[in-house]
Amino acid sequence: MRKLALLLLLCLPLGVLAAEEGYPLDRSPNDLRDLVSLQSGARTYVNYCLGCHGAQYMRYNRLTDLGLTEAQIRDNLMFTADKVGETMKTAMPPKEAKTWFGVAPPDLSVVARSRGADWLYTYLRTFYRDPKTATGWNNVVFPNVGMPHALWTLQGERSLAIETEKELGGGERTAYKWTQLSQGAQTPVQYDATVRDLVNFLVYVSEPAATSRRAIGIVVLFVLGVLFIFAYLLKHEFWKDVK
Amino acid sequence: MASRLTALWNWFDARMPTVAEQWRIHASEYYAPKNFNFWYFFGSLALLVLGIQILSGIFLTMNYKPDATLAFGSVEYIMRDVAGGWIIRYIHSTGASAFFIVVYLHMFRGLLYGSYKQPRELVWIFGVLIYLTLMGEAFFGYLLPWGQMSYWGAQVIVNLFGTIPFIGPDLALWIRGDYVVSDATLNRFFALHVIALPLVLLGLVVTHLLALHDVGSNNPDGVEIKKLKDANGRPLDGIPFHPYYTVKDIMGAVVFLAVFCIVMFFLPEMGGYFLEYNNFIPADPLKTPPHIAPVWYFTPYYTILRAVPPLFNSQFPGVLAMGIATLILFFLPWLDRSPVKSIRYRGAYYKTALAVFIVAFLVLGYLGTEPTTVWGQFGFDAFFLDTKDRATWVGRLCAVVYFLFFFLMPWYTARDAVKPVPERVTR
Repeated sequence: MRKLALLLLLCLPLGVLAAEEGYPLDRSPNDLRDLVSLQSGARTYVNYCLGCHGAQYMRYNRLTDLGLTEAQIRDNLMFTADKVGETMKTAMPPKEAKTWFGVAPPDLSVVARSRGADWLYTYLRTFYRDPKTATGWNNVVFPNVGMPHALWTLQGERSLAIETEKELGGGERTAYKWTQLSQGAQTPVQYDATVRDLVNFLVYVSEPAATSRRAIGIVVLFVLGVLFIFAYLLKHEFWKDVK
Repeated sequence: MASRLTALWNWFDARMPTVAEQWRIHASEYYAPKNFNFWYFFGSLALLVLGIQILSGIFLTMNYKPDATLAFGSVEYIMRDVAGGWIIRYIHSTGASAFFIVVYLHMFRGLLYGSYKQPRELVWIFGVLIYLTLMGEAFFGYLLPWGQMSYWGAQVIVNLFGTIPFIGPDLALWIRGDYVVSDATLNRFFALHVIALPLVLLGLVVTHLLALHDVGSNNPDGVEIKKLKDANGRPLDGIPFHPYYTVKDIMGAVVFLAVFCIVMFFLPEMGGYFLEYNNFIPADPLKTPPHIAPVWYFTPYYTILRAVPPLFNSQFPGVLAMGIATLILFFLPWLDRSPVKSIRYRGAYYKTALAVFIVAFLVLGYLGTEPTTVWGQFGFDAFFLDTKDRATWVGRLCAVVYFLFFFLMPWYTARDAVKPVPERVTR
């Protein structure tokens, strides 16, 4: 019977590995404990993203989580709100946004939970020049996306050639050839760090309680561990006389 | 102090002796077999999860807004601005999946030890009713966060009712209260989720327990402990539920809560199985997601639905198969013709059938979470291949196994080479 139980437990994680097609995602190196990175991400967000993408469920004063004071938040991060208790709404009217981009830019409050950090980290680093689209930009992770490359002044312009290469074993693989057309304000390494910080911030915004969640969880598990000792001893004591 | 409490209790007991009497009947003098094993934790754990869900649900309704324009935001409001809100929400979302895990294991216990067999047919029937009600409760509740999966999952499931011949379309319209899933649907699902079905569930749980305590619990040996009693009329192999099983179940509950808390505090999404990633996108009636998957606990039946090819351009055969797959559980006590209850004394036929059934059920569950293309396509063509997706064919095979387990049961259980059952329970 025990063997059967074990077998069933082993079967549970079946199929966690399901291969996704398309451009391989890079692993996002973001770290929620890195406050400097989170602050830098917040700065990038309000300067480059908030113009179109709100985070309407996130309150400015919650950013004190990132080690900022309310005065710092008010002076450095609030461009579209008056009071520090307001949420991070975009100033762009959604109806007009739809006319301009074909689709209203989505709210980013929980985007890191629907897309995942890796997707965002890869997506923001894989825009390329494409004369066929309305904005002149395209993206390899999200083909024909309505969004232009908002961070292009940092990354510069790139072009992409997708080629099919023969592998040694006889198979084929897709090769992505990037060409830098113009330099941006940042080097590729600096730009990766900027995106990492921005993704870090988006991950934080998608669940501000995540850090305290893990901290509380450890305490709760410790308490349950202690409780188990007493529960076990109590059971053991009562069951001594069951033969 | 102690004497005052005793005096207070005596005062109470003189006026309402029912409480002490019921306590005796259902706890301190309810004799349970002394050989309960690991599998017997899940009944009391199901009760615990029911309590957790009701309690956390009450606190969620204090801040949730059942309104199509506000629902998604109110969940995020709970997650961010309500003090302790994220704990309450994760308790409830983890609890939903935990409920099904516990109930599935509880049902598996029934299959292992023949707990549904005579004289416990009613216990089993009430249990199946609880399971079906729980499915309804989970389905209605899943619409409430108003994410893309909430919305399209509800759309798909309500449309299943729409495939029923003649009355289908009107029935689906009646369930939705609108031509599409909308604010009206959300409001009524909220009502059903927070009051109607919980009441039914509580009533059924009470009935399930009353029916059980009338006939007494089964055990891993499938021996009727009431047959052999001592001079005082107490079963020789029975021990009072309280304190023996209360202290044992407390121990089980602590272990369960530890696992529960590991998920809740460290893996609340459980890799997208407990909280689906797409459900963090607000419901959009104009944008169908490319892959709609129900939550994991419905997926075995979802695969059965997808496995059946449409007939005359109607999905109804699949819906019918799915319905039969759940309703057949009611007939289990009469399908099983074995003279013994427990798997310990059954022969190779039942053991094999159960093992194959469990594997098929797990594969059906897995396939339901994935698109039918997950295992690629067959490289050849044949006249009988209506679809080349390998996963669909594996799903069909498993669906056939699922049904054969039940349909052939009268045959293989009657012919099984069973072992002699001992008089008394073994250790």
